Parts: sequence; C-alpha cells; structure tokens
Amino acid sequence: MSDAGNYAPWTGFLRPDGRKGVRNLVLVVYTVECAQHVAHAIAAHEEDVQVIGFPGCYDNAYAIRLMLALARHPNVGAVLAVGLGCEYTQPEKIAATVAASGRPAEWFFIQQQGGTVRSIAAGKEHVRRLRARIRAEAVAVPMTLADLVIGAECGGSDGSSGLAGNPVVGACFDLLVAAGGRAVFEETVEMIGLRDHLLSRAATPEAARQLAAAYDKAETYCREVRQFSVSPGNFAGGLTTIEEKSLGAFAKGGTQPIQGIIKVSEAPPRPGLWIMDSVPDSHFMQFGYTNPNDTEGIIDLISAGAQVVLFVTGRGSVIGSPVAPLLKVTGNSATFRALSDDMDFDAGRVLSGEVTLEQAGRELLQLVRDTAAGAMSQPERLGHREYFIMYKHQDTPALAAGCRA
Amino acid sequence: MSARCFQIHPLDNVATLLDDAPSGPLALLGNSTGGPLSARESIARGHKIALVDLATGSAVLKFGVRIGRATRPIARGDWVHLHNLASDVDLRSGTLDLHTGAPTDTDSAYV
Repeated sequence: MSDAGNYAPWTGFLRPDGRKGVRNLVLVVYTVECAQHVAHAIAAHEEDVQVIGFPGCYDNAYAIRLMLALARHPNVGAVLAVGLGCEYTQPEKIAATVAASGRPAEWFFIQQQGGTVRSIAAGKEHVRRLRARIRAEAVAVPMTLADLVIGAECGGSDGSSGLAGNPVVGACFDLLVAAGGRAVFEETVEMIGLRDHLLSRAATPEAARQLAAAYDKAETYCREVRQFSVSPGNFAGGLTTIEEKSLGAFAKGGTQPIQGIIKVSEAPPRPGLWIMDSVPDSHFMQFGYTNPNDTEGIIDLISAGAQVVLFVTGRGSVIGSPVAPLLKVTGNSATFRALSDDMDFDAGRVLSGEVTLEQAGRELLQLVRDTAAGAMSQPERLGHREYFIMYKHQDTPALAAGCRA
Repeated sequence: MSARCFQIHPLDNVATLLDDAPSGPLALLGNSTGGPLSARESIARGHKIALVDLATGSAVLKFGVRIGRATRPIARGDWVHLHNLASDVDLRSGTLDLHTGAPTDTDSAYV
C-alpha cells in the first residue's frame, strides 16, 4: 500500500446545514420510557431505521439537546418522534425542530393513536414513507477525509489498550487532522494526573485556559463523588492507578495540538483535534454521573456530529451504536481472535512487530474511509445499536427551541 | 521462547507483560535500557514488572510519567500492582482485591 492516495473520495449525503453524512437513516426518537417498546417495534426489521430515546418523564435540557443533536446528525435524513402522551418532553416540538433543519419529520402520541398495535402500524407507515422520501431526495455529494468528524472512546481497557489500541487510534487521528478532518475524544475523568502534560498540548493560550478549566472540573468531580474512572476489570487486566489508565487513554489523542474544549451536543467549530467535556456542571439538582458506561460516552461523541466512532477495547466489548457506525479496535490480539465476530481491527499486531504504529494508523484510517464509503462495521452487521441518554446538567446556551410543553 | 515484556519509555521503571509469565527469565522489548530481566514471581499478561529496585515512597514511572508511588520496598523483577503501588489522587485504589480488582470496602452492602 502506498502512503497516500488510498483515501479516495467517496459519495455521501449533503444535509441542509452543509454537513455531510455517511449513512441516510430514519431515526425514531421516543420521549419517555413508556414509549420505548413501541419505538423499537416500529424500527424492527426495517432497513436504515434506528432508535434513540430518553427514559425520563420529567424533562431535562441536557437530554433534549442531546436528542436534537442526534436527530439532526449528518447521518440522519428524517425523524419520527413517538411519545406516550403524559410526559414533559414533547415529540411535536422535537419534530418541529428537526423539520426546521430541513429534514422531513413526523410525530404522534401513542395514547392518541389508540395504543400499542395501532401505534406500531402507524409508525411503520411513517418510517417507510420517510425512508422512501429521503432515498428519492438524497443529495449525493463527494466526500473526503476533510469532511469527517471522527470520535474515539475506550472501554474494557487492559494493559494492551495503552500500549497498542489507543496509540494506533492516535496515529490515525494524526493523519486525519493532517488531512483537514476533525477528531474528537473525551473522558476528561481519564486525564486525571496529566494536567501539565495536557496543557502542554494546547494549540493556543485560549485552548490552554479551556483545558485547565475542564481538567480542574474533572478532578474536583472525581474527588467529590469519591469515584475515579477505573473498574475491577481494569485492575484485573494489570492497570493499577487512575494515572496509569489516564496515560493509556490519552494516547488516543495522538500528537497534534488540541484546539479546545467542546461540550456534549456541540460540533467542533474548526478542523483539528478537540476534547469533549462530558462532566456535569454544578446544578441545584446535583444529578448526573459523568461516564456511567461506555455507550453514554459514544453517544456523546456522536452528538458532536461524528460520522464514525472508534472504540478501543482491550478486554473485548461487544457494543455498537445507532446513528454512526462504531469500529471496534483492540490492542490485544488474543481478544481479536476470541471475539472475532465483534472486532473490526487488530492493533495488537504493533506489539508482535507485524506492523509499525504508523502503518497500523494508516490501515485504520483506510478502514474509517471504507466504512464512511458504505462498508458495514461489525456492530452494524450484528445489529448492535446500544444508546444511553440520561439526566445530566451542563452549563450551555439556552435552547433555541425548547421541547417542553 | 521466554515470555515478553515491553518498556514504553526510556525513563520507565516498570515494563508491561505481553504474555503470562512464570517466574524466570523474560525478553524485554521496547525502549529498554537495562540488562537481563527475570521475574521473581509469576505475572499475568498486561500487568507490570519492576525494572529497578524501588524504595517506599518513590515514584513509579510508566509512559515516562508518574503513575503513583511505591507503598513498600519493591525489588527488580517484582510484580507491581495494587499491593505495592498507590495512586496519588484515588484514595480507594489501596482497598481493592489484588487478584480480581473487586472492591472490598463495600462488602458490608452485600447482605
């Protein structure tokens, strides 16, 4: 393989806001747990129809922003919002906000449709009509690496993650950023112990100020809740301290300067490498864990408009994601063999000396390009579409259009 | 073939096992500086081995960065984990089960 020229342009879907998608999906969005079964039944066995939703009945600005960021994601062409009929979060306002973005959108309440059976039938009619419409009206557009936002997360980490899995993602990010793309990683609670190292990577004094504020918030949060982001599986896998895990996790950020901090549901405003802050800000309700599980972090990255997300898992996670394909990278070749149906990329070949870090980074970027061009990731093939949207508070500008009655 | 371990940064005083290792000689790969290395006990893949003798309180370095401090004397070739290395920030790390990593400070809740 030559070093350049393999990342040939491919065809994507142009959205009204100018962003480009790599899938053309109908997204079913439910507005309370009580509508969850109906939403999933509507999407069952329907090609290119996926589901997200929020379980809470009482609404939350963070969760509404997150649902709207996913509903107006570049990979999404149309939306059906489904509510029960009693909850605070309003499917009609979700549909109206999505429609204002230039996407076709429908909504209904299950109570008004006459219950489960009629709602599923009506919902299937809606999603089939929406799918036919976005397929017929799709605006094909050439895409290159400069059009991509790529997220990176790690979970189920072991001793290989910091040695191979995350550094290979870092090498891939370096190439993506050099090509004019946007790279986003998060987990500031997994940067604990690295304050000076983090600030030394800032692209500008303003970026350094943002990084210092996000770092200090994360460390304060961990100390106050007395919980650091390490799990029994990490310890069993050979990681001993949060500082050690942080260094391994931070390796997925590569070596490019960090442009600044974005919050959940914010798109990176310029090309380059960005860190997402998903830690709750202080609020009178005090609710919100920072990273309750891997899926929550992946959904956060997708909310930034990431069209493809890289997930580094040494021990071997089997999850996938809706809206954006997830590519599963492991630095542990034994895990790659043992969970072969689930894994997309074996970064452990760096440790065995089969490939260099740079070669592996190029191969991974090629896989990103091919997935963006339409090749299915392993989780897509298996039907894994886990999502997790929860109560949280972050200080952000007021919503342009609230979705509460 | 002897089991392998990997030193990430030249300044590091621990290396990471790439294979499960019984006690005995090891192949040291990566940015290694020292001479022949031998494990003083069996060490699992992914876990750490000391590359030098470390006094109580001294910094443990991996990736060239401090990942915590020795909580007891550590000899070259020892397994380095929860029993002899503690975080500088996470006060809970010293209470975890050495082999499974499971928490022990919440055992009274399982009733």
